[in-house]
Amino acid sequence: MSNEIAILGAGMHPWGKWGHNFVQYGVAAAREALADAGVPWQDVQFVSGGATIRCGYPGFVAGATFAQALGWQGAEVNTSYAACASGSQALAAARNKILAGECEVALVVGADTTPKGFLAPAGGYRPEDPDWLRFYLGITNPTYFALYARRRMDLYGDTLEDFAAVKVKNSLVGSKNPRARYRKCFTAEDVAASAMVADPLRLMDICATSDGGAALIVASLEYARKMGKGDAPRVAAISTVTPTFASGVVEMPDIATDSAAAAGVEPHAYRASLPIKAYEEAGIGPQDISLAEVYDLSTALELDWIEDLQLAPRGEAAALLRAGDTAIGGKIPVNVSGGLACFGEAVPAQALSQVCELTWQLRGQAGDRQVHGANVGITANQGLFGHGSSVIVKK
Amino acid sequence: MSSKPLVPAVEGWHTMDAKPHLIGTQCKDCGTYFFPKQSDYCRNPDCESTEFREVELSRTGKIWSYTNACYKPPEPFVAQEPFVPYAIAAVQLETEQMVILGQVVEGLTVNELKVGMPMELVLEPLHETDNDIKVTWKWQPLAQ
Repeated sequence: MSNEIAILGAGMHPWGKWGHNFVQYGVAAAREALADAGVPWQDVQFVSGGATIRCGYPGFVAGATFAQALGWQGAEVNTSYAACASGSQALAAARNKILAGECEVALVVGADTTPKGFLAPAGGYRPEDPDWLRFYLGITNPTYFALYARRRMDLYGDTLEDFAAVKVKNSLVGSKNPRARYRKCFTAEDVAASAMVADPLRLMDICATSDGGAALIVASLEYARKMGKGDAPRVAAISTVTPTFASGVVEMPDIATDSAAAAGVEPHAYRASLPIKAYEEAGIGPQDISLAEVYDLSTALELDWIEDLQLAPRGEAAALLRAGDTAIGGKIPVNVSGGLACFGEAVPAQALSQVCELTWQLRGQAGDRQVHGANVGITANQGLFGHGSSVIVKK
Repeated sequence: MSSKPLVPAVEGWHTMDAKPHLIGTQCKDCGTYFFPKQSDYCRNPDCESTEFREVELSRTGKIWSYTNACYKPPEPFVAQEPFVPYAIAAVQLETEQMVILGQVVEGLTVNELKVGMPMELVLEPLHETDNDIKVTWKWQPLAQ
């Protein structure tokens, strides 16, 4: 019994700071995915949107917003919000619909328009809201990524040069990606010369927020075969598990972790739990992975993810990086799209853009970024409050 | 020096004495601690308790990790002018088996911190208003 679905089409609006309405990006991405799939818009039976919370009511009902923009044609709609994992939950909704036999072909789409500067909470005096509270006490988003990065330095001996090397690697490959926002090849000197934001992370270690859109056309395997696309890349697993109590790593926006003081309770690391379910569902292991797209909110976080995905033993991701094994041509290329370092975050589109890159890689259509012999790819991301995802795509 | 009264920035989250404690709650059934306080439902998945006692948390622990803020955070943070960077520590409490974030006392930089370093809780001003000085908890290296 297969729980796989086929990816027939992938499309993206280039990431940037374009300042347009998010709907425009989503429509562009959807049309590119439809053309890529060779599926007429009128044939799409289900539209699954990733919500954006910064663009007013149309963003909250993104599925319907995109369906209206593309032209009402009677499809069913769905909207998912799960912070950075919104795209994966939207993909999961489409997969469920297809596997339940209620639809054959679906559009999954997410897009965002982002404000400038620090993401800040709503106003007032609201200490019961952890997001308000931590800003009041002086704890911003980079604080959390810096805590993880510093821990790597003190526990595993990672260096500032290692973190800079992640940026250099990703910017080199991102320079070859026409959809990336930042196309410049940065050097270790550029990173070292950028301003310190949250020690040990500098401005160029931290990802920006961007405008962008991404879309997929997914279908039942039978529909794919009927189209003559039985060999299309497949979604083999989608993991959107929550943490297991007690979550032992302090996560944005919380001021404290869970307590593991009760009998029988152990502290768990959330990021590491996400891919475990994905591997189980796909029936494969880390040794089968050809490439990974991970959420490099910071350069150092890419190294954490490599270990969380079990692509390196704990504490050894930097050694993999230093050996060139996470670059194209290495044992396990990571973020060959250029990652968030080159894209910046467009929250509801980001998890889908990771799957777009895997789709092109597995088809051998990634041009200068192509990973030779790519058969299986995995994604990983994590947003606020126990929202994360890991998707496995295979040939 | 200002003669304004010292008041907590967030009421009821810590004691105001010379050796202050954070105030949390503890589940009467399973013993899980909560900070900020949780008094309605236990978040341990094996516990359905709705009974909690208010407790003072350990005021010492060890650094889990640390960083600093080199840029002025957005509101509701109230920044001094000019902005003075400050260090931040995540401190692991042994008894409670939890990690709690806070600023590090004024004057200390990341160069003076290390993972595993023993720390204690103190109170320091967070910002000043027309009427009073708002204090909050901060971490400082444990006096030897």
